[in-house]
Amino acid sequence: MTAAGQSAERRRVFGYRRENGRVGVRNLVAILPVDDISNAACEAVAAHIQGTVALPHAYGRLQFGADLELHFRTLIGTGANPNVAACVVIGIEPGWTQRIVDGIAATGKPVAGFSIEGHGDIATVAAASRAAKAYVHAASEQLRVECPLTELWIAAKCGESDTTTGLASCPTVGNMYDKLVPHGLYGCFGETSELTGAEQLAAARAATPEVAEKFLRTWTAYQQEVIEAHKTSDLSESQPTRGNIAGGLTTIEEKALGNLEKIGKRTRFIDVLGPAEAPARGPGLYFMDSSSAAAECCTLQAAAGYVLHIFPTGQGNVIGNPIMPVIKVSGNPRTVRLMAEHVDLDVSGILRRELTLDAAGDALIDMICRTANGRLTAAEALGHREFVMTKLYRSA
Amino acid sequence: MSPPQILVHARRDNVGVVVVEDLAAASEALCVVTEDDSAFRLTLREATPLGHKVALVDLAPGDTVVKYGADIGRVVAPIAKGAHVHVHNLRTKRW
Repeated sequence: MTAAGQSAERRRVFGYRRENGRVGVRNLVAILPVDDISNAACEAVAAHIQGTVALPHAYGRLQFGADLELHFRTLIGTGANPNVAACVVIGIEPGWTQRIVDGIAATGKPVAGFSIEGHGDIATVAAASRAAKAYVHAASEQLRVECPLTELWIAAKCGESDTTTGLASCPTVGNMYDKLVPHGLYGCFGETSELTGAEQLAAARAATPEVAEKFLRTWTAYQQEVIEAHKTSDLSESQPTRGNIAGGLTTIEEKALGNLEKIGKRTRFIDVLGPAEAPARGPGLYFMDSSSAAAECCTLQAAAGYVLHIFPTGQGNVIGNPIMPVIKVSGNPRTVRLMAEHVDLDVSGILRRELTLDAAGDALIDMICRTANGRLTAAEALGHREFVMTKLYRSA
Repeated sequence: MSPPQILVHARRDNVGVVVVEDLAAASEALCVVTEDDSAFRLTLREATPLGHKVALVDLAPGDTVVKYGADIGRVVAPIAKGAHVHVHNLRTKRW
């Protein structure tokens, strides 16, 4: 039972029902650049038209193959996310711009594209600003409607982990998933490299032998194609990070075991997603092949359609995302004291044995409901909008 | 029960985690195993920071360190019961 006196899975929240039936918890008008050189125009529109958010990023030129497909999938998924009410897309040329517009339009969401070549920044910004202004008027008149909590898609990823994340904040997330996933929630965890040392335990949490095999194939490919191909040492300054080590984590195996606490004690994952790939096997927990770097992982999960994010941290990662609220959970008593402004939920009582895991999970569900209903997260209030595209290899 | 100074995930673990700030050398720390709420006392050999591990038994080079009931790496320098376990005496078996 939660503080509201209701079984967690029966709680309801107020969200925005989108054209495709999904529920969002924010109502943004996104100004989305196709490529790096369109950032300036997007930022000019966002500075001009209140209620919009520009999503500048570093890529989008001369990419090809799987890397280009990931670029399109990430941008289309970002624009299509239910937290976005409408989207303005700006690119240097019309071809790739239209491809992203068409991808977003397939969800029924209002979207308009503008290209700069032949017009220049100033005319493009003027035209895009008119479209953005119309979208802001429409979005600002949308009302929140009551929806089951379990209609939300909630992702998780931990960062600046230490030994307290494995004892307190990650198991709190796992408790939430154990309570809500059986009742229809879509969950997501990722961080392929960071499961090293716990990969067999992770595989054992797959719903079927086929999913377990797909997970191990994905993990092995990451080891071979990314880690083994590029490492110059034993990764002892990258995985674990210096912050992890300062917090008492010694080896990747130890870090991985703490990380895996996020998926709870009973929940099994039903599929393995590629980066930014939307889940397609119905409600349940999904694993996404992704970097363990916070901004990259969160950006990919938002692009897959997740509308809320739970971020357990030990030493105090300050990450946010421009379209998906990131709820910080910490069980480190020093971090919740010294970095209080970054922590949405303090579960350090678990370490003192004052707070049970069950009560911590319920407190997280309360915070999820409050955030879904409109409470700004610490990261939102502090202006954290890290939007980082994953790049698979060098451009042509 | 008074708040523990050290938490241990599983009964078969040979390390525990300091969960309070400033645990001094020679402290008689209260250790609690989260798996079954069993408790015991351990004398610390050295001051150990919040979040860092201490050995629950004597460990020799080549031994496996167990936490969460699972293998988290190999001992590379002798570790006495109650001593700090970290990058100076524990290494990954991976990478």
